[in-house]
Amino acid sequence: MATVASSPPYSAAAAKAPSGVWDWITTVDHKKIGQLYLYTAIFFFIWGGIEAAIICAQLAKPNMNLVSAEMYNQLFTMHGTTMVFLAIMPLSAAFFNYLIPLQIGARDVAFPRLNAFSYWVYLFGGIFISLPILFQVAPNGGWFGYAPLTTAPYSPEINIDFWVLGLQILGVASLAAAVNFITTIINLRAPGMTLMRMPIFTWMSFVVQFLIVLAFPVITIALFFLMFDRVFGTTFFLVSAGGDPLLWQHLFWIFGHPEVYILILPAFGLVSEVLPTMSRKPLFGYPVMVYSGILIGFLGFGVWAHHMFSVGMGPVADTVFSMTTMLIAIPTGVKIFNWIFTMWGGQIRFTSAMLFAIGLIALFTIGGISGIMHSSAPADLQQTDSYFVVAHFHYVLFGGAIMGIYAGTYHYFPKMTGRFMNETMGKWHFWTNFIGMNVTFFPMHFSGLLGMPRRIYTYDGGQGWDTFNLLASIGTAILICSTLIFLVNFIRSRKHGAVAPANPWDGASLEWSIPSPPPEYNFAELPQVTSRYPLWDLNHPEMTEGVDHSSADAAQVEAAHATPMHIETETRTAKELGIPMPVNTAKPVVAAFLLVAMLSGLLFYKNGSMTIALTLMVGGALAFAGTMYAWLYAPLEEEH
Amino acid sequence: MSHYTTTGLDNRKIALWTFIGSECMLFGSLISTYLVYKGRSLVGPFPHQPWTDPATGQTYPAILDIPITTASAFVLLMSSVAMVLAYEAVKHRHDPKVTFWDKVFGNSKLWLSVTIILGAGFLGFQSFEFTAFYHEGLTLQRNLFGSSFFLLTGFHGAHVTLGVLWLMSLLATDIKRGLGPKDAGTVDLAALYWHFVDVVWILIFTLVYLIE
Repeated sequence: MATVASSPPYSAAAAKAPSGVWDWITTVDHKKIGQLYLYTAIFFFIWGGIEAAIICAQLAKPNMNLVSAEMYNQLFTMHGTTMVFLAIMPLSAAFFNYLIPLQIGARDVAFPRLNAFSYWVYLFGGIFISLPILFQVAPNGGWFGYAPLTTAPYSPEINIDFWVLGLQILGVASLAAAVNFITTIINLRAPGMTLMRMPIFTWMSFVVQFLIVLAFPVITIALFFLMFDRVFGTTFFLVSAGGDPLLWQHLFWIFGHPEVYILILPAFGLVSEVLPTMSRKPLFGYPVMVYSGILIGFLGFGVWAHHMFSVGMGPVADTVFSMTTMLIAIPTGVKIFNWIFTMWGGQIRFTSAMLFAIGLIALFTIGGISGIMHSSAPADLQQTDSYFVVAHFHYVLFGGAIMGIYAGTYHYFPKMTGRFMNETMGKWHFWTNFIGMNVTFFPMHFSGLLGMPRRIYTYDGGQGWDTFNLLASIGTAILICSTLIFLVNFIRSRKHGAVAPANPWDGASLEWSIPSPPPEYNFAELPQVTSRYPLWDLNHPEMTEGVDHSSADAAQVEAAHATPMHIETETRTAKELGIPMPVNTAKPVVAAFLLVAMLSGLLFYKNGSMTIALTLMVGGALAFAGTMYAWLYAPLEEEH
Repeated sequence: MSHYTTTGLDNRKIALWTFIGSECMLFGSLISTYLVYKGRSLVGPFPHQPWTDPATGQTYPAILDIPITTASAFVLLMSSVAMVLAYEAVKHRHDPKVTFWDKVFGNSKLWLSVTIILGAGFLGFQSFEFTAFYHEGLTLQRNLFGSSFFLLTGFHGAHVTLGVLWLMSLLATDIKRGLGPKDAGTVDLAALYWHFVDVVWILIFTLVYLIE
């Protein structure tokens, strides 16, 4: 109980450490970094939402003049870029950061300072790519920035440079974080936590990190080509020099399709935690859930050209990519059925988290089915670049990823803050969100099939699109109200929510065995794991009876009974326990800032301000190298 | 760093292997682009065929210089051998050294220096090659071959440069306080990276230079 008091008992021992804002800037604690990711990503989610709201206001009626065509280009480009790179990915990263070390019984991630660096690079990169829209010079080439459209002859302005450099910066953050999490999951699991005893969220995150590590280098190279074409006059996308206009599309989608699974798999992991806990039943078919997650990740690298059916790749390529795309429906369908079977016969509690998890199953299935329609090349030719596609990917990303992230937020909020979110407001949030989402995006299926192309800033009336567009705009208004309910609940509950115990939902995995919020060192002693559901084995053995959950053999269980699992009830300081903690440092934030400063030198180079460019690039590079040197030679932990 | 780990391996080593996996996709994209664009340049210079400058009507030979590049590839490969010796010397620093050869092979400073010199030698060859190509008319902007060739080999050269800097910082530590068996893990990381960069060059050398 003491853990939720405003001044926790361990603050006295940490009196020497910097506090307040400086503590947040220099922190290397994965829990604080996770919260930084969460708050920043929610901010960008609202930012991207405002962009969407302007888009929908503009389209509410035919021939509206709220924004110009040019501004509209910037709005839809930045709406997509913001939601993909600045909202959903970092929202997932917030959960990776907060949960992975807790779920595997670790003190922190493998490289705490690198983790802080990833966050700061993300923040500075996010600011870099988002600010230009306030000055009407935001990227305007669509979120997939097709070259040659984005090359210098067709887009000579600075807009696309912000996009190219901004994505390059954000890629650094994602790659560094992915390397960190892979190492953490491979190497910092508590004794006894075999791979098949890992919580399913950690498993899905593990798959996602591999997707990031293997997919991001491809867009890194594509962006390098584009940057060199724009800044140094190379000919990669110059058709008059023999360049292939499809090169960009291939490279982008080899990254871009795995990216889709990078966005959705963490949400799948979150609902796979919520559903069994709220149904009081083990996850149905855990091993198959793991294998299908891996299979989705694997197949995800072999389907990229289904984004390009209309460019004329020929019947053989179209057929192959159609079939691989259809194959992905199998592991995805397995997941959906397993979630339903998890609920089947369970004692279901309809908490807000559970409602959002069930919402994901329903809405993602709709998006998944329209996805299968796209996988057929002849059908896709009718649908491509129409609002039908817009409807499809909003059902999988809003109905899937965002619903899953909301489920995770309600579920883990008590762990993060020691307080519950308000359930009544949560249910209002769910139903307005569910209704608003369907009113917004379902009509787009029809306007799309009636021929309304995406990315047009306005349209003439009388083509049968008017009602559907108006409905979508009304739905957006509902979604705005819904999001406001969430925000009020989120902010208010941090201070005024009902106090939550260590294990508020009767969860089964290690993160629920420690106080809420967890102490800085997480686990006072290394947990000894003997099955997939350690807390249920302890508290509710009947719930896992007769279900194979990878539990240890009789001898090992007996040995574990001799030293029962340690349930942490009190919060002591790391020093009292003799746990060495990583010390706060400002080097990651400085290094991140210098990296962004260094790359932004290219903007000035391209615009002919040589002095500023050279100062930024050479000075930035030297200062960056110096900071890295000091970083690598400074010890991670205090000497004990 | 005596924390518990699941596999017993050093965190840094797993991280570096992951990073190398990522680098494979990076170089994979560069090499694929080079191969896709091979033979599609509209104007010379070309890698393997002579070409005629339409402005002057003069004919120039193919631009790639295989004998010199073979020499530089050999230099880079030998640097990997020196790297292996440097690692062994660090690992066995405290072993008794009796003969002259024990002392030579047990000298980590010597072998780190040799690795650095050979790596820098490779970079010297590359600067020479780039300069020569520039004077023969092959620039970044000239044609698809120039763009994809310079970006591919330039990326590799940047990796070698980073490796040389890394090895120089190890050498500085070795001179300052002497690297011993407890530093073997740290040296192993640099060695792993260095060998990877070498393997990439074997691929580039084969695909870009040797296969016509």
